[in-house]
Amino acid sequence: MISVYYFGAISLVLIGLYAVLVKKNVLKILIGLSIMESGVNLLLVSVGYIAGRSAPILSEGVGPNNAVDPIPQALVLTAIVIGVATTALALSAAIILYEKYGTLNIEEIRRLRG
Amino acid sequence: MLKRALAIITLLIIGYWLAQGLTGVPFGQDRMLVGQYYLNNVIKQTGSVNAVTAIVVNYRGFDTLGEVTVLFIASTGVGALLWRRKKKRTARTEGSVVLTTGARLLVPFILLFGVYIFIHGHLTPGGGFPGGATIATAFLLLYMAFTQYEIPHGAFEKTEGVAGMSYVLVGLIGLALGGYFLYDWIWQQWHWGINDVGRLFSGGFIPIIYTLIAIKVGTELSGIIDNMLKEEVRE
Repeated sequence: MISVYYFGAISLVLIGLYAVLVKKNVLKILIGLSIMESGVNLLLVSVGYIAGRSAPILSEGVGPNNAVDPIPQALVLTAIVIGVATTALALSAAIILYEKYGTLNIEEIRRLRG
Repeated sequence: MLKRALAIITLLIIGYWLAQGLTGVPFGQDRMLVGQYYLNNVIKQTGSVNAVTAIVVNYRGFDTLGEVTVLFIASTGVGALLWRRKKKRTARTEGSVVLTTGARLLVPFILLFGVYIFIHGHLTPGGGFPGGATIATAFLLLYMAFTQYEIPHGAFEKTEGVAGMSYVLVGLIGLALGGYFLYDWIWQQWHWGINDVGRLFSGGFIPIIYTLIAIKVGTELSGIIDNMLKEEVRE
């Protein structure tokens, strides 16, 4: 059995992937990508968790031996910022698609048909 | 319908495969190697009590410089993609009374909270990136509430450039004083705040760099909001 956090993370990735595979609206596909991203972030943070320990901020009662792994959290911080940047760029591409074709349906946007 | 069924089958296969891979990674076990070293030495080496911040800004400061660069490239990309000869705000209806009154009341406090988040980055959860994003939400609120509002473009772009260059400059001072890029000269050479660990004036150059990052992120995200909300007007 896998942990409930891993299960949640995998479910988020799959929900996002479902939106990317099935939905026709570009905005919904981008929302799916964002959901996938949150799933990956949750997975990374929960891999770094150690049972019974607290956040890696060393203060009274929290020494180096009862804090969780700080590295996954630092990496996720980076990943969130990069995610915001890519989402912003993708959204402006969607704005341009709408201006050019008058629709966001990927089947009606001719040159994107696979 | 067939497509949807195929997609669900694919997803189940991928999900099973991911879960299979994760059975070898038991949840909640101590697997720290480098992390333990960071936790043991973080106060001595960086002066920051928040280990995550110390890793992001101090141990992996070069990585964060790359991250800031990625954000800058994305904001430049948004500006380039949405570039028009003449752009204006075309929204016609003002925000409701609740929104405009709320915006007038809340904007100073949102800005203050953003400043609090990034100044205390080395003590509490938070730091430059969340602080900058909070500051940008204040401008988003102004954009939503008032049809005529625009950010001061010239000042924001100059501030952003100066903040980015100052980050590199802090790193170059480290190169001159300590021998490598982004050497923490304030903590390791000047020993500022060595008796104040856990208080505001400590942490070496972490508060300085996080302030610069927050200014840069805040102005950049406000610029992205401005670019997305404006539309082309034909003469």
